[in-house]
Amino acid sequence: MASLRDVKNKIDGVKKTKQITKAMNMVASAKLRRAQERIERFRPYAAKFYEMLGDLAAGGDDSAHPLLEVRDEVKTTGIVLATSDRGLCGSFNTNLIKEATSLAAEKAAEGKTVKLYCVGKKGRDAMRKFEYERLLEYADAMSSFDFSLANEVATAVINAYLAGELDEVFVIYGEFQSLAKQVPVNLPLLPIQKTEDEAQEGTGSDLEYIYEPSEEGLLSELLPRFIKVQVYRGLLDTSASEHAARMAAMDNATRACDDMTESLTLIYNKTRQAAITTELMDIVSGAEALKG
Amino acid sequence: MEKTLQLEIVTPDQQVLSETVDYVGAPGFEGEFGVLANHIPFLSALNIGNLYYKKDGKTRYVFVSGGFADVSNNKITILAESAEKAEDIDVERAMNAKDRAEKRLAQQKDMMEYAAAQAALQRALFRLKAKETAG
Repeated sequence: MASLRDVKNKIDGVKKTKQITKAMNMVASAKLRRAQERIERFRPYAAKFYEMLGDLAAGGDDSAHPLLEVRDEVKTTGIVLATSDRGLCGSFNTNLIKEATSLAAEKAAEGKTVKLYCVGKKGRDAMRKFEYERLLEYADAMSSFDFSLANEVATAVINAYLAGELDEVFVIYGEFQSLAKQVPVNLPLLPIQKTEDEAQEGTGSDLEYIYEPSEEGLLSELLPRFIKVQVYRGLLDTSASEHAARMAAMDNATRACDDMTESLTLIYNKTRQAAITTELMDIVSGAEALKG
Repeated sequence: MEKTLQLEIVTPDQQVLSETVDYVGAPGFEGEFGVLANHIPFLSALNIGNLYYKKDGKTRYVFVSGGFADVSNNKITILAESAEKAEDIDVERAMNAKDRAEKRLAQQKDMMEYAAAQAALQRALFRLKAKETAG
C-alpha cells in the first residue's frame, strides 16, 4: 500500500495537471472564437466570389481553360494536407493523416505517383515518416496565417499543375461543423469541377454582361483565384477545427483529472484512517500492558 | 429611376466597405471606368490602383489590389485580395515597402522576381498616392 505522502504527492500532481488542462481549454476557446470570426469575415468574400464565377459560367459556354480540363491520363496526384502544428487536440490530426494516407494508398494502388503539400507540422512529420514525396512543407504556419499563405500554396499547386507535374489535386482539411464535430474532408481541387451550387448561383443573371477583358481573359484571372479561395477556406476550417478539437480534448482531460483526484483522495483518507487506527491500537495496547 | 448605387468592397479577411454612393471610379484592367446608378451589368478585372467614390459631394479613396468588379442591379461589388480605405493606410509601412521594392528591382535579373518586385512597388506607390490625394 502506498504511503500517505506518496498519495498526497500524486494528488498535488494531478491538481497541477488539471490547472494546465483547464488553462489550455480556455486558451483554445479564445482562439476558436477568433478563428470563427475569421471564417465569418471570409464568408462574404467567398459568397460573392462563387456568385461572380457563377455569373461568368452561366453567361458563357464551357470555354476550355487548362484548369477546367479533365486529363485523360492521370499519372500523378497531388494532395494538399492541412493539419495543425501542435498536438494535444485529441484524434484531430490522426484523422486527417489517416484520410491522407488512405487516399494516397488508393491512388498509389492505381499506379499513380503521389506528391504532397503539407501545411502544418503534424501532417508534415507524419508524411515524412511514411516517406511520401513532399513538394512543399509549411511548419509553424498555422498559428498565424493570412491569405498570403493560401496564395503561396495555391500558386505552387497551379504552377505544378500547368507544367504537367500534377494531373489532379486534392485538399484534405478538417471541416468545422460544430463545436463537437470536426470531419476530415477530401475536396477535389484540380481540375476544377463545376458544382450544382455554382450552376444555381448563376440563375439570377439572365442579364447580358459586358466583360472586360474578354470572357476568357477574366476566366483565366478568376480560376486561379478560385483555387486560392478553396485553399484558404481549407486552412481556415482546419484552424477552427483544431481549436475546437483541443477544447474538447482538454475538457475531457480536466474531467479525468477531477475523477482521479476524487479516487486518490478516497485512498488518501482510507490510508490515513488506517494509520490512525494502528496508532490507536498501539497506544491502547501499551496502556493495557502498563496497567497489567 | 434610382439615383444612387450600392458599393461593396470585400477582401478575404474582412468586408472593407458597404455604402450607398453616387459614383464609383475604378482602375479597370483596360483603363479606368466610372459607374453611375443604373449601369448595365458589367464584369471587369481590376488593376492595382485607387478606387474612388462620390457621396454627398465628397470624394473618398480606397486602395485596391488584385481584384474584380461586378456591376449588376445597381450594385457594384469589388472583390480584392487587399483593400484599404485611404484613412487606414499606414504611410510608414508603404514607404518601407517602396524602398524595399526599389532595392529588389535594382538587383533582380530574373523575370519572375522582377515582376513581383515591380508589383510590390506599384502597390506601395498607389497606397501613398491614395493617402496624398485624400489629404
